[in-house]
Amino acid sequence: ENVVSQKTAFLLRKAWTLYSVTPLYRFHRARLRDYARLLSAFIAAEKQKGLAVEVGVELDIKVAVSSLADLRGSEQDQAAVLVQLSLRSRASSRNSEDKLVWSGWFCSVYGDDLSENMPEDFTCLPLFLTHGADSYTSMVGRWFQKTFDCCFRRLAISPLNLSWMVAMWAGCQLDKAASAVELVFSVPYLSQPLDISYAIHPEDAKALWDTVQKMPGEITQEEVDVFMDCLYAHFHRHFKIHLSAAKLVKVSTAVASAHCDGIVKILHSQYLSGVLMLLTELAISQIQ
Amino acid sequence: HLATSLPLPSERDHLRPRIDLIVFMIDIKSKYSLRNVEASLAHVDASFFLGKVCFLVTGVGRVNACSIETNAVCKLGEAYCSPVLFCELELEGIRVVTAQRLLRMLQICAGHIPGVSALSFVPLMRNSDDD
Repeated sequence: ENVVSQKTAFLLRKAWTLYSVTPLYRFHRARLRDYARLLSAFIAAEKQKGLAVEVGVELDIKVAVSSLADLRGSEQDQAAVLVQLSLRSRASSRNSEDKLVWSGWFCSVYGDDLSENMPEDFTCLPLFLTHGADSYTSMVGRWFQKTFDCCFRRLAISPLNLSWMVAMWAGCQLDKAASAVELVFSVPYLSQPLDISYAIHPEDAKALWDTVQKMPGEITQEEVDVFMDCLYAHFHRHFKIHLSAAKLVKVSTAVASAHCDGIVKILHSQYLSGVLMLLTELAISQIQ
Repeated sequence: HLATSLPLPSERDHLRPRIDLIVFMIDIKSKYSLRNVEASLAHVDASFFLGKVCFLVTGVGRVNACSIETNAVCKLGEAYCSPVLFCELELEGIRVVTAQRLLRMLQICAGHIPGVSALSFVPLMRNSDDD
């Protein structure tokens, strides 16, 4: 189940910006090469209109659209779709490699809640992750919206969801020495913005979670609350600051890190499926 | 009268007018505010929970800044038999409407509306739960 092939290694250690996507209308997996061509033409046309990304440089954008069969949760999930934009300088020889400038992929990991009662013509891939310049994201997004009548929205992550993530991921069993569990808080209502970073030794965090979690494999809101309250209480004891009154903006563990603006980094392949499942769930609740 | 927590300082007890309604404000962006309210509830005399207490949850307009689960607040309301109002203070329209509702509740609790008392709130609450 947690098979991560060479193909999916590209996901790791990159900061992905998250979006929720409504179902795609009349998306045909057999036509991926056609879509690549059409998107390439669209981007070239946008450049002609003066919406170019690189000013004054003559560069071709090469588009590749592929299907990632391994990247899904259950059989009900659609396999992930990867879009890659590369720059090919006209001056370069045949031997020079194209430079990958932008990647975006659509996926669904255990997204049954959405796909359950969906009519045949619709493809459900509610989670969209991008890495690269916003201008490319915007162009690709516009093409997909125009072609498949779907709607993209930035996926923000609330402090409540971030605390679920840190509790889940801090409790993960990892073979190698793990990096610290870090929580970053932003203090509101100040004239100068103030960020507080709270770093916890990963073994301590895991030990705390192990005492809190009653049933392995199951997590309840109460358990997450107890875990967070312990961390807040510990901090208050030492620094007399109530972190619970501040806004949790970023969490970071050896498994993955997540920022409230909807940016995640998956660091460990072992829990890729679990992380994507959680993100799929967030995307679906934003759509519904 | 505004207070950041209960109990109120006892030095001013003799100067204080009768308290007709207590509104506990919970900021959905602050877990601390929920914990503070939970701790303060312990200092409230049981007689207040016959319609003279209400919970006001603020900041609900910002779904992405939630630090508290709405379920938890609703359960709190149920446990203390008191209504839970949701509002967004940053929007003037909602701010005004909420203020008017609270004022109306206060008038009833203070006995200014003939024929209606604070006790009327309790069965009204239970009906909306059953919906």
